[in-house]
Order: sequence, then structure tokens, then C-alpha cells
Amino acid sequence: MQITLSINGETRSAEAEPRTLLVHVLRDHLDLTGTHWGCDTSNCGACVVLVDGEPVKSCTMLAAMAEGHEITTVEGLARDGELDPVQQGFFEEHGLQCGFCTPGMMLTARALLNENPNPSDEEIRVAISGQICRCTGYANIVRAVRWAAEHEAGATAGEEAIA
Amino acid sequence: MAATEQRPIGFGRLKRKEDPRFLRGEGTYVDDVKLPGMLHGAILRSPLAHARIVSIDTSAAQQHPKVRVVVTGRDLEGLGLAWMPTLSADTQAVLATDKVRFQGQEVAFVVAEDRYAARDALELIEVDYEPLPVVSDVRRALDPDAPVIRDDKEGQTTNRIFDWEAGDEAETERVLADADVVVVTQEIPFQRVHPAPLETCGSVADMDPVTGKLRLWTTSQAPHAHRTLYAMVAGIPEHRIQVIAPDIGGGFGNKVPIYPGYVCSIVGSILTGRPVKWMEDRTENLTSTGFARDYLMRGRIAADRDGRIRGLRVDVLADHGAFNATAQPSKYPAGFFHIFTGSYDLEAAYCSVRGVYTNKAPGGVAYRCSFRVTEAAYLVERMVDLLAAELEMDPVELRMRNLIRSDQFPYTTKTGWEYDSGDYHATMREALRIAGYDELRREQAERRARGEHMGIGVSFFTETVGAGPKAKMDIAGLGMADGAELRVHPTGTAVVRLSVQTQGQGHETTFAQIVAEELGIPPEDVEVVHGDTDQTPFGLGTYGSRSTPVSGAAVAMVSRKVRDKARLIASAALEVAPEDLAWERGRWFVKGDPEQGRTIQELALAAHGTLTLPDGVEGHLDAEAVYDPPNLTYPCGAYIAVVDVDPATGEVRLRRFVAVDDCGVRINPMIVEGQIHGGLAEGAGIALMQHIAFDEQGNCLGGSFMYYGGRWSLEVPDWELGETVTPSPHHPIGAKGVGESSNVGSPPAIVNAIVDALAPFGVRHVDMPATPGRVWEAIRSASGTAAPPR
Repeated sequence: MQITLSINGETRSAEAEPRTLLVHVLRDHLDLTGTHWGCDTSNCGACVVLVDGEPVKSCTMLAAMAEGHEITTVEGLARDGELDPVQQGFFEEHGLQCGFCTPGMMLTARALLNENPNPSDEEIRVAISGQICRCTGYANIVRAVRWAAEHEAGATAGEEAIA
Repeated sequence: MAATEQRPIGFGRLKRKEDPRFLRGEGTYVDDVKLPGMLHGAILRSPLAHARIVSIDTSAAQQHPKVRVVVTGRDLEGLGLAWMPTLSADTQAVLATDKVRFQGQEVAFVVAEDRYAARDALELIEVDYEPLPVVSDVRRALDPDAPVIRDDKEGQTTNRIFDWEAGDEAETERVLADADVVVVTQEIPFQRVHPAPLETCGSVADMDPVTGKLRLWTTSQAPHAHRTLYAMVAGIPEHRIQVIAPDIGGGFGNKVPIYPGYVCSIVGSILTGRPVKWMEDRTENLTSTGFARDYLMRGRIAADRDGRIRGLRVDVLADHGAFNATAQPSKYPAGFFHIFTGSYDLEAAYCSVRGVYTNKAPGGVAYRCSFRVTEAAYLVERMVDLLAAELEMDPVELRMRNLIRSDQFPYTTKTGWEYDSGDYHATMREALRIAGYDELRREQAERRARGEHMGIGVSFFTETVGAGPKAKMDIAGLGMADGAELRVHPTGTAVVRLSVQTQGQGHETTFAQIVAEELGIPPEDVEVVHGDTDQTPFGLGTYGSRSTPVSGAAVAMVSRKVRDKARLIASAALEVAPEDLAWERGRWFVKGDPEQGRTIQELALAAHGTLTLPDGVEGHLDAEAVYDPPNLTYPCGAYIAVVDVDPATGEVRLRRFVAVDDCGVRINPMIVEGQIHGGLAEGAGIALMQHIAFDEQGNCLGGSFMYYGGRWSLEVPDWELGETVTPSPHHPIGAKGVGESSNVGSPPAIVNAIVDALAPFGVRHVDMPATPGRVWEAIRSASGTAAPPR
């Protein structure tokens, strides 16, 4: 079937079987390989994308179900080549090693900060608790998200720390 | 990427050069490789742990409209590929022919037009199995009536693989008999776990039917070793094999062996004339690829009343699964387990290890560990704590009395290791300082008085990493030396080519910093090339924390060769004798006249230009080196875990974790700390959650992330790190390697903390993973009653 999706602000079409998962349409049909796939039980979160701003494991959704929704993948995080503060935060705080979980982690962080611009460390850990990183031991991911919170345009999160 | 701080030229905290592509989703992992005409493979696996294959009917699968080829073990037999050698001089079935020997074993391979069709076709294959008795408990593997798993091997009449020993048994028995106090354990198991990198294993094989060249993109920690083994096994000339390990999504030892799926993708490409991709799913990863540990250990430790530890003996039953596919230096069937004397100055020590086959997945890989060092550290650090309890002595005090003193280095252990350097007491003191150990003990006493169960656990580990000297160590006959090539371009930027393979460790940054340190070329001007056998020098790859100790040394040495050559060029350019030149970072200058000098960039241009070079000096500015390490390196660390245990539920909360590591000189402290963080989380997972368990029928009970793991980010605290720096005296830059230390040192600290918390109940030991059920059960059986509900 023809599946038409709105991804990172662009309309993209793919010819795929109705049963095809969103993650596979993104990766195999549309060559958006920044979204990864790491388990068969929806536990790892390597495939997280944003659907209408909400983090969704794209292995839990048929691509056809995503029609009519706005999808954001890691390829859509940067604007005009400028990194999103979340991406910059992962760079600054060594929040990634092998990079495999990183796109999903960053998208979850983006959604968290959109909802809660000044999350506590515990809130950050809860937000990513459905996702697995085998490299970083999580501490630097927490720092990366906090860095992003403190450096968002108009952020107030860092002011206390500076004061 | 915006510069946010001073970028060091040389060692120091440098943000990673490789990050931008990952942050933008532009990394290239194996599953991202897409070639024109590429087909997809999938493997049919055995549902049974032990069964004879009566028949396999692939006719329906072959008629599937999208299927291109179906391969069975019989087909591979015709090609001489039904069996392949393992890294431990055993054989492993690529696709089963006679019988299946573990649940999840590879039985048939389907190649189809797309991923989904390949999986669909697996359902169409009919296999008739005749079930056989199963050995899933290592304790039963040598029973007289146990079925012989490896009846394919001539002369194999039991499930015994090897017996191996180290140390002096008679002397150890004498000391054990002579000591005041002997603590005997019945069993200290280190459970079967799995490295579980987030990217599973896979490959894309592209055999060009015209040129006869095989290109293989693969999840490999050791591309050169893999290429050589493919040449040996498949008979494809080595120069016609190009192994490419692109971005690797974590490895942790899982991606050292060659797996049947890789071989199947090659066969699929040969048979179809098209590229074939095979990517395993998570269940396949956890149930069929290289597991780790699975050591059943019995220890005896002896001391005098005053706390002087005198002797240690351990006997091990090692479960290697159905094929001995352990990845380790070939002369050491139990890896480096004989470092089990740890960090202590003992009078005598002895270990025996018996390896056996069971109907479980093959392997025994070094999961973030230098070949069984993790098992060894766990054993000795648990034994020392058991001894401290017996002596009613603080576990720190007992360790301080027995740690090898700094003036004893180089120290030769009773099993033959020569520890290069360390200041163990200083490292321990630093951990005590950061943890506030005395204050923690006071807090514990107060909490105990209130009926709360807080535990403090200590471990002190010594690792042996950076394998290793060629004279003693090889894998499949290949010496464990690594090459490096460095070329400085005319305009002063450089390319360094490595044999080792990053899986997230940051090689593109760290190795550029080594060149920068040695030559003064900024790290951003140094391109690091790795992961492609056509572009890099030979070497054995990344595992056993060997990248910095071996390949890092090779890069330092090749940089020094370039520096020496630059000096000759400078002497020509400045018209002075080479002896009259002195080096400062990035520049040769005339002694006594520092204004007269040439930068490395100027010398690079001169080397490629028209300058008349001294006799015997070739043009250009490049060099090659092969580093054969004179010894291994010996990182150490002191770890302190603080836990709170709820006796009503058995739940353990890891409240604090202090890790003081001494890995010698730190090239990039940010990356070093990241490595330590990662290993600590993995170690905590092993101590608290993870187990690849099996039932009596050999069904794997840990085969997905639903059963293997937990709410990972919430299980671990923020890590409190510290350091001491004792450079390795024999390493060119004094670095020792660090990638695995924290996975080695953390499980015993956490288990010691849990046992410490439960001491009031009389608990002496809790097996890993210390799940709530196990902890609750330990309390119940030690105290004779269930803990009171709240």
C-alpha cells in the first residue's frame, strides 16, 4: 500500500505492506537510518521518534497508523544546520558513546523539555526509564539533558546554578 | 560544532570528534548499509536444547515467491562449511547437520527479497526433531549417565573439555592446613550473563562474482582477525576479503567471535550473486551469541588470627555451552582467571578450572573484562569479605593489612603474573576519603539501631589487560601485536591508521590526542582511520582493554618515529647537526638558539618539497610501527557501594557508588570517566538484575529485554569517581587501559554491601543477581523466619 507520512516537516511516501512497522518504513523505505532498532519487545527505546510531539517507540506502531500525524526523527532535530540544545548537551556532557541509543534518548529529552523546561535529575531519569543505554551508565545522559535545559532559548533553568 | 572551551593539543578533556555524526543521526551501523540489489537473510533456530535432526523439509519455503535461496547444514557440508573453528580450538556448527545442541542453534538460512519475507519463509520450513536428554546444569554435566553432547568429536566420550590449573597445589594445601582460620565456601557462582550491546550482531556480505572479492560489513571488534579466519575457513584468498566494521553500536566482547550468521550471509551472497544482509533480533542475540561468565567457583581462604591472609584456593566448574567458543588467548583455556589472588600478597595460591559442555549457547566471551578477570575479582573479593566476617574485622582493615605494598612492585604473584605498578593503599585511602567511610559506618550503626538495613561494601581489584606479549599470547595462532601507520600530509595535517576497533570508546578522539601529544599536531588535524582491513594495518582488535595498552602504544611509537625523521629533516633545513636540535611540542629548534626552529607542519612541507635531505633519509613524513607489548598492564581500583535493603520485600537500592580507578596516565579524562560510568552500570546490572538462566529442558529464560534487565536508568545512582595515577613503567605513555575495570570491580562491592546490610540476619552470602526474591530468601533461610512485614 501507499503510505504517506509527514516527517520532519516534509511529506514522504513509501510503498509498503500494511503490516510494516513505522521503524522499518523510516529505515528501509525512506533511508532515515538515524532511528535505530535494538530489541523485539519494545523495551530498549532505540527506535523512539516523536509523534505529534510525544515520544513513541516506532517499533510499536504500524507505519500506516502514523498517517496524518507529524513525525519527528533525529534527522529533524537540528534547525538550519544548528544543533538543538539537546544535541549540543549530549556533545558537551559526553552523553553518548557508541551512539546507538542516542537518537531515541535525545527525542525523549526534547519531548520532556517541551513539557517541563526545568526537570529534576529524577524526572530526567524517569523520562528515559523506558530506554536502554549500555555505554554511558546514564549519569552523563542526565547531565546532557540538564545542560540542554540550562541552555534553551529563554531558559531559566540555569539561573539558580549561576546565582 | 561550537567550541566551548580551550581545546587541548595532546592529553586532556577534549570533546569527541566522532560525536557530530551520531548526534545528527548520520552514523553508519551495519544495518544502515544498503547496497543495490541487496537481499535479506534470516535464520531458523532450534526450539529444543538437544535433539537429533530427523529431517528438514525446505520445499515450501523455497516456493515462497520472494525467497531466493534456502540453505541447510547439508548444503553447507557440500561446501565444506557446515562446521567452523572457534577461537578456542573447538568446532562449532554453522548450520546443524546431525543434531541441535542448544535452544536457538542455527538450523537453516533463508535469503529473500526483504526482511519480512525472509522471516515469513522460516515458518514454512518443517524440521522433524527427535528429542534427546538435556544437560542444562553444569553440576550434572559429568555425571556418568549424562548424555554426551559432542558426539560429533572423535574420542569425546564425556562432556569434559579441559582441565587447567595454576599455582602450587601442595604448598597451598600446606598453608591452608597451617593457618589459624580457614573459610570454606560451598559455592560462589558467577551467573551466566550477556554483553547485550544495544546494536545486535549482523553483517552484509557482497561477493563480487566478477572480481571474486568479498566485502563484508560486519559487527566486529576485531576486523583483521576475522578476515584472516575467513580466509582460513572459507579458502577465499585473504587479499580478496575486505572486512569493514563501520560504526559499531557497542560490543563489550559480544562482537569478538565469528558467528554462524556472518558465514551464512557470505554463503548467501556466493549462492545468489547479490549482497545479503543478516541482522539478528534481540532474542537471537541473547540466546545464541557469546554469553559471559557462567563460572561455578568453590573457594577456600586462610588467615592467621591477626588478619594476615596466607593462602587461597579455588576450584571452578566452567560452563562453556555446547561449543567451546570462548574468545581468549589460546594458551589460557580459563583466560586470565589465575589472577584470582587479586591485590594481596599471599604465601600460596592454587586454582583448578574444569571446562565442560552443556546444552546451552556457546561462548564464554570477555564481557567488558580481560578474559575471566571479572570472575577472579569477584571470587577473591567475596572470599576476603567472608574472611573479614569470620575474623570479626572491618573489611577495609583486613584489605589494608594484606594489599601489596607500593615498594613491592614489580610484584610477581604466586600464579606467575608480574604486576607492573600500583600504590594500592593510596588508592584505597582515596576511596575511603571520597566515601566518608568512617561516617558511613557511624550512619550504619545508627540505622541498625533503628532497625534499618544499610550496607557498605568494599572491593579492591587488580586487572591484567592489554594482551599481550607475542611470546606468550596468541589467538588462533595470531600474535597479539598491533600495527599503526602515520602519515603527515604536506600541509601538516595527518592520518593515523589503527588495527583496533572502537565500539563507542572514542578512538577517533583518543588516538588523535596521542599523535597530538607526541607531535604537536592539533587533534582536529589528525584523521583516525579504523575498521576497514583494506585501509589499516594488521592487529587483533579491541577487547580485554587492549586498545590503549597495545594500539595506543603503537601510535605513540609511530609518532616518535615520525618525530625522529622530522629531526633529520630539520637538521637539513636548519643546516645543523641533528644532535644540536631539541624538541618542544610541535617543533624542533636549535639548542641555545630557540628562535631557530621548524614546526612539524613546516617540516612536513619540507619533507615533501625540494629540500635536499641527508643521505639515507627518504622523502615524505610517515612511518609504520608494530607494537609487541613487553608485559600486560595492571590497572587497579578501590570501589565502595552503599545500599539500603528493605527486608520486607528484599528490594535493594544502590544509594551511592564510589569508584577510584588507577589506570595510569589518562589521555582523555572525560572519555575515561565515561568508560568507568558505563562499566559501573553494567556491573550493577549484573549484581542486581541480569541472568541468562535456563530451565531443566534447556529453555533460555533470559532471552529478551523483558526478562534481562529492568528500569535501567532508575536502578543506578550518579557515580562518584576519583583517581590515583601510577603510570605503567613499560608503556610508552604510561597508560594502562580502563574500559573494563569498573565492570570487574563493581559486582563484588555491591554484593559485599548487600551481605553487609543483611549481617544482622546472619546472612553470609547472596548469589547474583541479588533480585528481591533472592535477597528475601537469603534473609528467610538465614534467620529461619520470614522478615516481619511492615
